[in-house]
Amino acid sequence: MSVPTELGYTAEHEWVSIEDGVATVGITAFAAESLGDIVYVEAPATGTAVSAGQTCGEVESTKSVSDVYSPVDGEVVEVNADLEGEPESINSDPYGAWLFKVRLSGEPAALLSAEEYTKLTEGED
Amino acid sequence: MATPMHDTTPILSGVPMSEPTSAPRPTALRAIHEKAGAALVDFAGWLMPLRYDSETAEHKAVREAAGLFDLSHMGEIRLTGPDAARALDHALVGHLSQVKPGKARYTMITNADGGVMDDLIVYRLDEEEYLVVANAANADVVAEALLERAAGFDVKVTDESAEYSLIAVQGPRAVEILAPLTDADLDSIRYYAGYEHTVAGVPALLARTGYTGEDGFEIFVRPADRAVEVWEALAAAGADKGLVPAGLSARDTLRLEAGMPLYGQELTSDLTPFDAGLGRVVKFDKEGDFVGRAALEEAARTARPRRLIGLVARGRRPLRRGQDVLRDGAVVGSITSGAPSPTLGRPIAMAYVDGELDTTTGAFTVDVRGRGEDVDVVELPFYQRQA
Repeated sequence: MSVPTELGYTAEHEWVSIEDGVATVGITAFAAESLGDIVYVEAPATGTAVSAGQTCGEVESTKSVSDVYSPVDGEVVEVNADLEGEPESINSDPYGAWLFKVRLSGEPAALLSAEEYTKLTEGED
Repeated sequence: MATPMHDTTPILSGVPMSEPTSAPRPTALRAIHEKAGAALVDFAGWLMPLRYDSETAEHKAVREAAGLFDLSHMGEIRLTGPDAARALDHALVGHLSQVKPGKARYTMITNADGGVMDDLIVYRLDEEEYLVVANAANADVVAEALLERAAGFDVKVTDESAEYSLIAVQGPRAVEILAPLTDADLDSIRYYAGYEHTVAGVPALLARTGYTGEDGFEIFVRPADRAVEVWEALAAAGADKGLVPAGLSARDTLRLEAGMPLYGQELTSDLTPFDAGLGRVVKFDKEGDFVGRAALEEAARTARPRRLIGLVARGRRPLRRGQDVLRDGAVVGSITSGAPSPTLGRPIAMAYVDGELDTTTGAFTVDVRGRGEDVDVVELPFYQRQA
């Protein structure tokens, strides 16, 4: 399964891309594959203050409900409104279908590299 | 997000969520499932395909073409002997001696208090021979109960669950896929009928039954390992007809759309068939006593039947088992099964409410983790195939 090398990752199966102080957050292909068809996404509202490790949304598949954690401290500046009508795009394009964007309030938390994340998922497989 | 391996709702419903005590048993088709890329899960002690690729696509394939299911986890218990019919009339709530050879019946087994131990399909294979099909999670309990209840009757009870594989082919194109592979005249096999035939040259009990709301067949194959030939022949025959392998996830959403009860959710040992609104399966007009008769006669008089209602959400947030149903803000029931419906494109659920509740007035909501989601009450089933 592809794990893009330019992204950072969390142990909670999120990918993070940081550009100009804004972190874009999505869930990994491994997570999407494990959950099955994604049918609903509850993202945090724009303007919400989030902190790293804090629950800030939900992703539901046919058979499961999973919490979404913020990987960073900051304020939610944008959510992917397309996911409301097309949550299945997380399955078809997990690294394109981002969930939300956070303007960082401090230094970004330590993220896993693609290599480290791959090792983690191999342990869970 | 949380590790997707540990969901906040059970990944598969209908089975106690206990830690497996040993490695789950593979079916004879395990290698085929693995090669097809199936996600395999422990379901009632069996290693079963949850889905192969997209469970939504599998569900739609069954509605529009056909799906191929491995159901080898189901339990098969054979009763043979001159008293087989009488023994089943005593052991179960149904009137099995009335079933003609070649026909099948949906029935239940209860305890002495009338609580449902399992729902069953019983095939009468011959005058003195029946096959009882039980849910995987209850197969041992049902086999033990039948053995115990058959004492004093001239009948032999054998748990043959390990000897059988069970394959189902379900969907509007099931007939056209199966017909070239069997000696059976499929038009002559009516719904809830089954006979010994061959499929792909393999002897099998071929029955027109299922759990999807579609036309289709269940194929009981013995010995179990010959299921490989049957599966491969069906897969090849259906390849250009839209047939796909389908897992337990699709099976659950298919039966939910069809309004079919699942043991462990709509049916439990805390409920009599009357509590569950399924009192019609209890046949008092049969000779002799049967296990649960006294309690069930009482229940027939006094039970306040619950009513199973259908709910369709107005939004997209899935409804799940255990969530409260409210009318004008007051709790009136609880969801037993809920899932996104691929056919309706909306979340659906079945819920028990008091049988007397007027569901034609008031605003209905479901409490989804603290937030009220608007729902509409509908008649079951959610989906009915065109005859």
